[in-house]
Amino acid sequence: MSHTSSTYALPDPLPLDSGQELTDAVVAYQTYGTLNADKSNAILICHALTGDQYVASDHPITGKPGWWERMVGPSKPIDTDRYHIICANVIGSCMGSSGPASIAADGEPYAMRFPVITIRDMVRGLVALLDGLGIEQLHAVVGGSMGGMQALSLAANWPERAARVLVIASTARHSAQNIAFHEVGRQAIMADPAWADGDYYGADTRPDNGLAVARMAAHITYLSEEGLTEKFGRRLQDRDAKSFGFDADFQVESYLRYQGSGFTQRFDANSYLYITRAMDYFDLAEEHGGKLGDAFAGTSARFCIVSFDTDWLYPTAESRHVVHALNASGAKVSFVELSAPNGHDSFLLAHEQLDRVVKGFVE
Amino acid sequence: MSLLTELRPDLAAIAKHVKPGSRVLDIGCGDGGLMAAIESEKDCDARGLELDPAQVALCVARGLSVVQGDANTDLADYPDKAFDYAILSQTLQTATRPDLMLDELLRVGAKAFVSFPNFAHWRTRTALMMGGRMPVTRALPVTWYETQNIHHVTIEDFRDLAKAKGAMIEGSWFFANERAIGPVGANWRAEFAVFELSR
Repeated sequence: MSHTSSTYALPDPLPLDSGQELTDAVVAYQTYGTLNADKSNAILICHALTGDQYVASDHPITGKPGWWERMVGPSKPIDTDRYHIICANVIGSCMGSSGPASIAADGEPYAMRFPVITIRDMVRGLVALLDGLGIEQLHAVVGGSMGGMQALSLAANWPERAARVLVIASTARHSAQNIAFHEVGRQAIMADPAWADGDYYGADTRPDNGLAVARMAAHITYLSEEGLTEKFGRRLQDRDAKSFGFDADFQVESYLRYQGSGFTQRFDANSYLYITRAMDYFDLAEEHGGKLGDAFAGTSARFCIVSFDTDWLYPTAESRHVVHALNASGAKVSFVELSAPNGHDSFLLAHEQLDRVVKGFVE
Repeated sequence: MSLLTELRPDLAAIAKHVKPGSRVLDIGCGDGGLMAAIESEKDCDARGLELDPAQVALCVARGLSVVQGDANTDLADYPDKAFDYAILSQTLQTATRPDLMLDELLRVGAKAFVSFPNFAHWRTRTALMMGGRMPVTRALPVTWYETQNIHHVTIEDFRDLAKAKGAMIEGSWFFANERAIGPVGANWRAEFAVFELSR
């Protein structure tokens, strides 16, 4: 599969919802498959909170396969033999696009001087990239979780830019519970002395402990109780009896610690703060006068919304809320709640019906 | 007209009488056969509502716009008169409250098509009278304890309900042995009925 790795320098300052603007912004992106002559076969895939542009190629730091390789590739449901796949790192992240770790005009990293961004700002960055690539209308925009928020935001704010909008395991607003879990993560980072008010880029230590705890808390929300119980139960880790101490006695503890520390190898703590904030600020109805249906008024795009029955982070009710709004605005919408044991993470895992829905909808 | 001729007779009758270019909601759309037919042959804008996620997945894969949901509760999500037609094929008898569902059909659709198996068909009557047990027939092939048909209905019952609801019967079609039959003695002779209603 042909794929390219590029960075696009935005020609103009990027206006932000906060009223500020981001100057000299860059967007790092990957493409897979060939763009046809009339540029009509492009599919934009939007990544999740801690995702990146390496959707179907090895991650440059971890060496692991792309995060959605089971969905994107030759003859896969999103077929790189037929479509030109674009996946860009969002603004605020840390895999090549402008974010808090980027160097500001004064030659120092932005750190907390980076402006607070929103989901719509991320999408502005993506639209600027599409402009740069000369792609007027996407064949489809596809996203799971935070990627789904971007897909919805694109559909609502730039309705001509995508003919098909596929939103998986996502929501049109962050709930109090969603915000609460993110706040736990942010406080874990900011309580780490190594965070140093965000100015740690030149220091010997980074807020890895805080970031790891943030990841651990978040990771629980990505799984289902059923999945955790099945995977770990109360089984002990490499020992026959409890230690009467605070080592990782239980397998589930060991697993979370591993997830937490692994995450710090590839992710920037300040980016975690900025992106979780953007998600917490997300309320698509609020952007459109308080009525979600109005967000999609007059859209001619086709929508497909998918939820999973064990996802308690963005439960089916949130997807139905979006479907209801789309119905009210007369949009062409499909919706299916799929059954899967693995909670929110189900959208990344093998699921035959999901494959069929994605393939069928995209074609 | 290939897609139309492949349809079940009651669906074919509905497809035939849907006005071209209409907005249609097919409630309990199954694999989307009717929707696909009226979209391609009659230029309709069809939407579906279907309970079974596997069927919804099939519909989406066919390029149809289908929402997974329960007709008993989720019709409330649709605005008034959002459709020219609301179609309920062989689902009325499975509804928790068929009377309320009929109200909802005529709220979301300017007109409604309703098809159902006729419990007063002579085979059903004979099976009950002679056998003394709940009929298991060609039209009603599932035993009483497994069937989803919790509100069996006859053609005359349906006429009464339509009248009680202030619905006008715009058309009616009857079927036996997978063929259309005339209206005379339909409550005895028809295995299935299709009604077009308005209010």
